[in-house]
Amino acid sequence: MPRIELKNVSKIYFSNSVFVYALKDITLTIEDSDFLCIVGPSGCGKTTLLNVIAGLTNIERGEILVDDMPIKGPGTDRVVMFQEPALFPWLNVVQNVAFGLRMAGLLKEESFERARALLRLVKLSKFEKAWIHQLSGGMKQRVALARALALDPGVLLMDEPFAALDAQTRDMLHEELEMLWLETGKTIIFVTHNVREAVRLGNRVILMTARGGLIKKEYNISLPRPRHIEDKDVIEFARIIRDDLREEVLKVAEGGEQFE
Amino acid sequence: MLKGVSSLNSDDIVNKVKLEQKADKKKEKIYRLLIRFIFLSSLIFIWHLVVNTNIFEQVLFPSPKEVVLTLWAGFYDGSFYIAVIASLKRLLIGYVISLIIGIPLGLGMGRVNWLNDTIGMFVLGLQALPSICWLPLAVLWFGLNEMAIQFVVIMGSLLSITLSVRDGVKSIPPIYLKAAQVLGATKIKLYTHVLIPASLPSVITGAKLGWTFAWRALMAAELIYISNGIGSILAMGRELHDMAIMVSAMVIIIIIGLFFDKLVFSTLEEYVHVRWGG
Repeated sequence: MPRIELKNVSKIYFSNSVFVYALKDITLTIEDSDFLCIVGPSGCGKTTLLNVIAGLTNIERGEILVDDMPIKGPGTDRVVMFQEPALFPWLNVVQNVAFGLRMAGLLKEESFERARALLRLVKLSKFEKAWIHQLSGGMKQRVALARALALDPGVLLMDEPFAALDAQTRDMLHEELEMLWLETGKTIIFVTHNVREAVRLGNRVILMTARGGLIKKEYNISLPRPRHIEDKDVIEFARIIRDDLREEVLKVAEGGEQFE
Repeated sequence: MLKGVSSLNSDDIVNKVKLEQKADKKKEKIYRLLIRFIFLSSLIFIWHLVVNTNIFEQVLFPSPKEVVLTLWAGFYDGSFYIAVIASLKRLLIGYVISLIIGIPLGLGMGRVNWLNDTIGMFVLGLQALPSICWLPLAVLWFGLNEMAIQFVVIMGSLLSITLSVRDGVKSIPPIYLKAAQVLGATKIKLYTHVLIPASLPSVITGAKLGWTFAWRALMAAELIYISNGIGSILAMGRELHDMAIMVSAMVIIIIIGLFFDKLVFSTLEEYVHVRWGG
């Protein structure tokens, strides 16, 4: 059953007196419980794609359906995790995790109880009373993950959430995210510029063109799980995608982009 | 292996280190207080010595002893006490009114562009005018009464509070708003649960700045305009050629200023510091 459907979605930016397609006529179906990774050179529109699904950015043309219903702005059925943790400094860890539940009208006690359960899941129980600035980068993203999961959204939208972390922390979070996905069967859309990360995590990888907001190619990754970023097959597969990606990066470097 | 060490488990060691650190912090605090005390005492002592040399005329340069006696007498007969209460009452009323108007106005200006383009420009322009310049106008408008002084106080603090709250709201990282929207914060809750708490550091900065401006405006107004505040005691000292009274009034003004800075605003700043860090 398709969870998310994009039908001829176009997003146009107007910059330096030129119209630029951030997304052009994108048609994409994302099945329930799919793990889709979107890669592409910077500026290709992959974050825009995530933002339009989140409802944070309006589209000029086309239609986005979630569970067969057209979306109207942001919704708690599709929670976004950003590259920055975007945690609220005026709230402590458990209050941050409970934020969405409080917004949904849950009472303090009940929302804190659920928040604590999620903190156990991301192994941060000891830090429930800590302030955000006291946490390391990896811990912050774990809290952000717990906060995103608190509303139990069917869809998790992740915008390069691990890009700013060191390699060891990222490895651990990959494992945790994979476990979570295997256990809960959530639909995950994961944007990254790191091809190996995409292959290590995704069921499916989409490569976007450098300019023009198009999908260049799609890859099915049917490698066995649990995977590891240093698995031979992951590296091999990533190399194939990287070659295609390099072609796109070179296009930008040569200045061969076409505006329409 | 040493007996004493092996009998300690890791929790005991952690507790021991914690206690030691606490003791060290306490020692440092006492040490810093002591240094300040010594500095102040020597300053007063030098003052005392200078007066004793009789380089300056006694009328123009009172001794610390005279000032202390004047302060004591002033509080004993109630006149200083009445003046402090009168000034603080004016200040608090004007300041609270400024906060009540300034904070929502600043919040609105930070979020709504047309408000900022109209009232924001107006407020910025008015702020270029020292608030004491409003006194002649206020006296004609309201007469020789409390309203006139309060108006000057409000014009001193309201504008600076409004502007710093606006700047604070404008500098809230947009990602907070996006995150809150994604987590289901709707329009009103976006204000009450995100915009207002997120702008807390700048609201406190604005409140502190507004307090300073209100305090200065009040003293200026009381000096010019005969009333029963501390500023008036300073003016009275000049008329009586009583230096001890003037210095006493200045000491009171400094102490009140320090009191609010250290007790009220330091506490609020600490609240922000604990959460935001840095």
